[in-house]
Amino acid sequence: MLKQCEGSHAVAEAVALCRPEVICAYPISPQTHIVEGLGEMVKDGSLADCEFINVESEFAAMSVAIGSSATGARTYTATASQGLLFMAEAVFNASGLGLPIVMTVANRAIGAPINIWNDHSDSLSMRDCGWLQLFAETNQEALDLHIQAFKLAEEISLPVMVCMDGFILTHAYERVDVPTQAEVDAFLPPYEPRQVLDPAEPVSIGAMVGPEAFMEVRYLAHAKQMQALERIPQLAEEFKQVFGRESGGLIRPYRCEDAETIVIAMGSVLGTLKDTVDELRDAGHKIGVLGIVSFRPFPLVAVAAALKNCKRFVVLEKSLAVGIGGIVATNVRMAVTGMGLKGYTVIAGLGGRAITMKSLTAMLDKAGRDALEPVTFLDLDWKAVNKQIEREKAHRKTGPVAEALLRDAGIVGARNY
Amino acid sequence: MSYQPIKFYQTGTFTVGNRLLAPEERSVQASSKRFNSINSGHRACQGCGEALGARYAIDAAMEATHGQLIAANATGCLEVFSTPYPETSWQIPWIHSLFGNTAAVATGIAAALKIKQKKNPQAQEIRVVAQGGDGGTTDIGFGCLSGMFERNDDVLYICYDNGGYMNTGVQRSSATPPAARTATTMAVGPEPGNAFGQGKFVPAIAMAHEIPYVATATVADLRDLEAKVRRAMEFRGARYIHILVPCPLGWGTQSSETIKMARLAKETGIFPVFEAEHGELKSALAIRRQLPVEEYLKPQKRYAHLFGKQPNVAVIAKLQALADRNIRKYKLLETV
Repeated sequence: MLKQCEGSHAVAEAVALCRPEVICAYPISPQTHIVEGLGEMVKDGSLADCEFINVESEFAAMSVAIGSSATGARTYTATASQGLLFMAEAVFNASGLGLPIVMTVANRAIGAPINIWNDHSDSLSMRDCGWLQLFAETNQEALDLHIQAFKLAEEISLPVMVCMDGFILTHAYERVDVPTQAEVDAFLPPYEPRQVLDPAEPVSIGAMVGPEAFMEVRYLAHAKQMQALERIPQLAEEFKQVFGRESGGLIRPYRCEDAETIVIAMGSVLGTLKDTVDELRDAGHKIGVLGIVSFRPFPLVAVAAALKNCKRFVVLEKSLAVGIGGIVATNVRMAVTGMGLKGYTVIAGLGGRAITMKSLTAMLDKAGRDALEPVTFLDLDWKAVNKQIEREKAHRKTGPVAEALLRDAGIVGARNY
Repeated sequence: MSYQPIKFYQTGTFTVGNRLLAPEERSVQASSKRFNSINSGHRACQGCGEALGARYAIDAAMEATHGQLIAANATGCLEVFSTPYPETSWQIPWIHSLFGNTAAVATGIAAALKIKQKKNPQAQEIRVVAQGGDGGTTDIGFGCLSGMFERNDDVLYICYDNGGYMNTGVQRSSATPPAARTATTMAVGPEPGNAFGQGKFVPAIAMAHEIPYVATATVADLRDLEAKVRRAMEFRGARYIHILVPCPLGWGTQSSETIKMARLAKETGIFPVFEAEHGELKSALAIRRQLPVEEYLKPQKRYAHLFGKQPNVAVIAKLQALADRNIRKYKLLETV
């Protein structure tokens, strides 16, 4: 059914259609509307046979999820930013135990300085935690990916994060097609756990493993993600059969045939990039876009195949690996090893900084002439940065960096109130 | 058939044959039908109070639930000595997740079971127990524990308190008693051992949550421990049992004296043994023959610095005052 609704609301409806049995909720912007929506559905009875638990922290949220998933219940939670970091120990534990929990990450920056707006620092900081990470481009895809995520997680017994841009998607009202319960039931079978806590067949889960088998256990986690690499495109195809639309998969190329330059990105910025590329194509540039849907497992082969005929690639990412540059870019470089391509990393949109078509056009024009720096910070205010660097050279006690920058910008300094 | 009421101390040895007792008073452990939830062959130290406490507590919970029990276990001695894969001592479904999240994992298990029961009301009901040491309970797991309490989740949490991080080599926890030497509260300097005026007594904090049932116990009174586990399983919602379990390694005591040390802790008033319901004290296990705290302190190497050539009477007096306060607060000298 077509609906005009908020992204969070669309996700809440999708999760409810998946018949979750336990949902744990802890508030953090910008994921809050999702669990609020689900809480209401449980309370008014429209989502039956589901326990909704208001926990005391994200660490508890993931821990409750571990307990319920290990007892054979389909389990869901959502978080963002600091919340994901606060639950980090349990996040690794859930994947180590092979528990198919599905979690929405409403992508948001990580402090300090505290910032509630969108970038991908949170889920990318968890890139090696053993969870699968799927990035939604639109609200429709966010909705669809949750339905695929439960199936994928439960088939391979690994947890899945569905990542959607905080505010840009979670709080945007868009048209979405909400499937029927019958359609979702046809696609997603009931959960059959590989291991379950049951007095009829007692097992010990999570016991100590020494050097004699630990590496093998870890390798098998990797092997499972490699299986997912094959399964994700198949699931997207099966999804299309039932729901009649394309969603998910590993990668999504756009106008990449004959492209000399390919811009790679994840999430909602792909929309802006496609519009920019359309304009650049009109102006005669041979340029395309490659969206990465599955960040974990990372589709090395698919990315290499998509880039095999281009001359250069630009990775536009909403994350920063402090001390080296890009996170997605590092992964892409692994894919193109030995292909002799020129590669550029563009860090953009950190902490919700708008990524405009104007800035993208200028940057891509430079890239097309191979005039771009290897690592570029899009729309960085160099004047402000240099002023602070000078200040720190001149004085010892310079105070909080963020305050100094805002004061320079006149935002704090006015003090007219 | 009628049975004459028997007081356990009538024999003078605290023991009495099960044959003399009414069936409901007989020890779970003495029954040939005991569950052996934690089986022999595990790697606990000789004289481990925790292994003893866990055996009695979990078997009693198994009896109360007719074998329909799932356990969540915090990281710590109990987890390590009972389950090096592929060996496991646990004959019941058991999960270890992390050090600090056991109460929350148990909440998740309880939530899943509630839904399963709702979907299949004919199935036998399954219940949940969570267990951890004092570090996993009073320190790192405290946030999750308090959350589980305040939501009144249907979980029995058992803390085995040996007064420190024994698994990592005897470091201080918030349950380490004042003056005790640990690897991080060394017996050096002007105030050797753990500081006074610090630490927390989690049973009292559990009572402040007004959960249905809170009890303390020691491995000296195992029938009392079993009875408290049985009683706990009669309630719904959050329940907490805090068991004092002496640790020969950490305390520096003879492994043959674990039960004696637990008894001395109770008889001196150092460790109050009581029951509370919905935040109100219900009963206390009375001290039979009050002893001075020296009797408890002296056999323990962790207090050796108090008993050099000149006993540190000032510090001993402070510890006696703490015991006296327990006696007043929990009415340990009054026959209930």
